[in-house]
Amino acid sequence: MKKSFLLPKSLKNVDTHYCSGCGHGILHRLVAQAIDELNIREKTIGIAPVGCAVIAYNYWDFDVSEAAHGRALAVATGIKRCRPQNVVFTYQGDGDLASIGIAETLHSANRGENLTCIFVNNACYGMTGGQMAPTTLRGQKTITTPLGRDPESGDGWPLKLSEVLSVLDGVCFVARSSMSNPQGVKETYQYIKRAFINQIEKKGFSLVEVLSSCPTIWQKTPIDALRWIEDEMVKEFPLGVIKE
Amino acid sequence: MEKNKTKKNKVLMAGNEAMAEAAIRAGCGFYAGYPITPQNELIAYMAKKMKPRNRVFVQAESELAAINMVFGASAAGVRAMTSSSSPGISLKQEGISYLAGASLPAVIINVMRGGPGLGSIESSQSDYFQATRGGGHGDYFTLTLAPWSVDEAARLVMLAFDLADYYRNPTLILADAIIGQMMEPVELILRKEFKKKIPKKNWALTGAKGRSPNIIRSFFLKEGLLETYNEYLRKKWNNIRKNEQRFSTYKTDKNKYLIVAYGSQARIVREAVDILRKENIKVGLFRPISLWPYPEKGLKRLAKGVKKVVVVEQSLGQMVEDVKLALPGKEVVFLGKAGGGIPQAKEIINLIKRNR
Repeated sequence: MKKSFLLPKSLKNVDTHYCSGCGHGILHRLVAQAIDELNIREKTIGIAPVGCAVIAYNYWDFDVSEAAHGRALAVATGIKRCRPQNVVFTYQGDGDLASIGIAETLHSANRGENLTCIFVNNACYGMTGGQMAPTTLRGQKTITTPLGRDPESGDGWPLKLSEVLSVLDGVCFVARSSMSNPQGVKETYQYIKRAFINQIEKKGFSLVEVLSSCPTIWQKTPIDALRWIEDEMVKEFPLGVIKE
Repeated sequence: MEKNKTKKNKVLMAGNEAMAEAAIRAGCGFYAGYPITPQNELIAYMAKKMKPRNRVFVQAESELAAINMVFGASAAGVRAMTSSSSPGISLKQEGISYLAGASLPAVIINVMRGGPGLGSIESSQSDYFQATRGGGHGDYFTLTLAPWSVDEAARLVMLAFDLADYYRNPTLILADAIIGQMMEPVELILRKEFKKKIPKKNWALTGAKGRSPNIIRSFFLKEGLLETYNEYLRKKWNNIRKNEQRFSTYKTDKNKYLIVAYGSQARIVREAVDILRKENIKVGLFRPISLWPYPEKGLKRLAKGVKKVVVVEQSLGQMVEDVKLALPGKEVVFLGKAGGGIPQAKEIINLIKRNR
């Protein structure tokens, strides 16, 4: 019997450390699959974030650098400027990209760095136990917003960084997808592939924001977590291409 | 004849510009910086001279971004540098710790100004602790070189790139505002002072073509891994301590008093030494060039038999601690001013005379 669903060459065949129902596993695979399809594994350099995906290099089978919390796009800028012939991407969570690293994100985008940025939005800080993230929804309970995020009392509103970035001249492509259903996973894959192709064609900064589940922190079953993305997250973070 | 030839090759340059030009000549392929006085001539020089040579110049959005861009460039196997002044160097410390943690080479220039806080833009030597004690979090050191002239600043920048590559460790140039701002003749030739062979950067991120993937990391979560890595670092520090102590001396024959000073302060001490020697007071200068590793072997040797050791700094007393550590039991007298204050030759002379 012919096998049709194979492990991408860019992905190692190892056990996962991610929680059940976590989005990272699928997203790691989508990135690896896009790299395989574009046949760029041998020239790809990834930047792993600080967060649950800090050891992404345990899964990806290509060159990877770590970066300090929030600084992935600065590290990527250094690499890409020195090696424009390589394909360089960052993989960052909401705390990394939209909170502590917002200056690096905004300025890399504004300089039009020819980079691909995968932005994983799960509305919380997962690795540190579930604090409020810049993308935490209104009313969402976290360990630092025990009564729910309240914009009126100083917690701020969910930060729509993709929309902010979309108005910058240096940015060529911004899209938001959700991995809450097979259709969304397929769409995510297409966006990621486009974001890589943009870089290969030297079009500038591309970002794909992916709504991803964190059942452990959200205290939901994996299925309920996916439902929560569709019922709640998508209302705050509408899906689709934001800029192209 | 030889003398004339040397003269011909000399140009008048500010310390900041000379350090920038030296970096370019040493093969610096990537520079990122952020404006701060008194090192602005350096970033301006790089902006002008890097791009025409097909090298990378980036004006970063912050010191944090600059040092992390350097991290990336270095991870890609390219000689990379950033520069700043004291408050900006504080911001870079996170990145310097990561560079040391990931065993990445880089050159960082600190043209020191007064602190703490925003301080002032006047010359100071108050970042000695920060430079020689790691500066950021974790058990690490940065090789630290302190020039006392524009010419030496250029020379040390070239050396710094070799040291950084050889030891795979960030290397700091600890200059001060006086060195950065003043103009002096400098000989612009690439000087190969470092004789050891620098290994190829097989660890660099270039794309995993025909080899297994390279990973740049400073994160070792599994129990025991980080301890093993720190033991590797311990060996590296000991190796550097053994091999890279640098200093120079001035008029130290038959001296009764030894004055220890570095950077621009050592020039003022030299003036004091000349005046005191004329008065037949046997005094000499010991000038550390490497601040980490501290040249304790040389200091021990030269302090043998002297009556007193005097340490002069543009700080409230930082290097003096290393002098005391190197010379247990020796009487050490300290003269220091901070916040832009500079110990003058007259004060040094009076201090020596009072201590006779």
